[in-house]
Amino acid sequence: MTNPDTVIASPAATAGGFHPEVVAFCCRHCAYAAADLAGGKRQPYPSAIKIVELPCTGRIDIVNILHAFEDGADGVLIAGCLPGSCHYIRGNLYARQRLDYIHGALKEIGLEPARARMINISAAMGVQFAELASEHVETVRALGPSPLRGQAQEEGNPA
Amino acid sequence: MIVAEKKPLEAVARMLENYDRVLAVGCGTCVTVCFSGSGKEVAALAASLRMKRRIEGTPLAVGEGMVQRQCEWEYLDPLADQVKNYDAVLSLGCGVGVQTLAKRFPGTRVLPALNTLFMGLPTEQGVWEERCQGCGNCVLDKTGGICPVSRCAKQLFNGPCGGSQNGVCEVDATVPCAWHMIWERAEALGMTEALMEIEPAKDWSTSRDGGLRRMVREDLRAPREETKEG
Repeated sequence: MTNPDTVIASPAATAGGFHPEVVAFCCRHCAYAAADLAGGKRQPYPSAIKIVELPCTGRIDIVNILHAFEDGADGVLIAGCLPGSCHYIRGNLYARQRLDYIHGALKEIGLEPARARMINISAAMGVQFAELASEHVETVRALGPSPLRGQAQEEGNPA
Repeated sequence: MIVAEKKPLEAVARMLENYDRVLAVGCGTCVTVCFSGSGKEVAALAASLRMKRRIEGTPLAVGEGMVQRQCEWEYLDPLADQVKNYDAVLSLGCGVGVQTLAKRFPGTRVLPALNTLFMGLPTEQGVWEERCQGCGNCVLDKTGGICPVSRCAKQLFNGPCGGSQNGVCEVDATVPCAWHMIWERAEALGMTEALMEIEPAKDWSTSRDGGLRRMVREDLRAPREETKEG
């Protein structure tokens, strides 16, 4: 019998369990290839991870991340090259700074900063990609559904 | 350029608590160059406000608008149709932009999303510093192009004070002493003799103390019928 104390009182959780959605912005030179390698090695990672391929994590704009959350993502993962290995020299370092900014912005909005995380890996680290992606999905699962999930969009530009 | 920075989201949200529909308007000139009021900042602020209000259970519709320059009437005209659809306008312009919008749209509440800081320049990527206070009586010819009004904490005109230590101002270790720089520049230009002349007290009547300042160019004004002759 289920202990009532273990039931999470969120609509998504009570309606058949919480299945997080995490948008993963992946650099094509490392994390995207690592995710591919994980697939090739039959190394599973959660279906919650929805990959967006980028030329470099330096391409990420703060607006991209905000829009991911606004559109209902429960979490965001930024996956870039190892420090010192960026093909554009410092793109991954810029992404890290923007993530710091986003953490502040999420706090102001009323979302948990831990919903957004950055990882640094190489194209050869398929197993590590799967492990770190799974770890972030578990973090997001523990935080529960985003309060912005499943709500109608209110863009503001009148028809 | 005029340098401004965004207000905390909480402060902006408080201004908007009685509104359901607002139009956030950016400015494509100074505040775009200092990354406070460009189209991207408009999009980021609009998304942040929409999310905050949705989480709080009081959804806010935030439209996004952009003009090349909020401080000139002609650029505001294209906003007229858009503004009609909103309860308030949130300006991501400097204080001049906010006031120009407020005057142009008298029936609509116009609110500031930025704090206007100073006239300055980027000293490195991501860092802006003040360079001019608009004192109305420029002395840069005498000081080698380094302004003692905006860059000296005491606005001194005849050399550094005792708080100048190894080229650094006593008010803040990150602030270089303006007069130390003026002297070094004069040495490099061979102009130290000129600095030996005592500069009399500055005429501050052209500065901020007299209230609103105005510049008039009669040759540029639209001719007025009643003053026309012949």
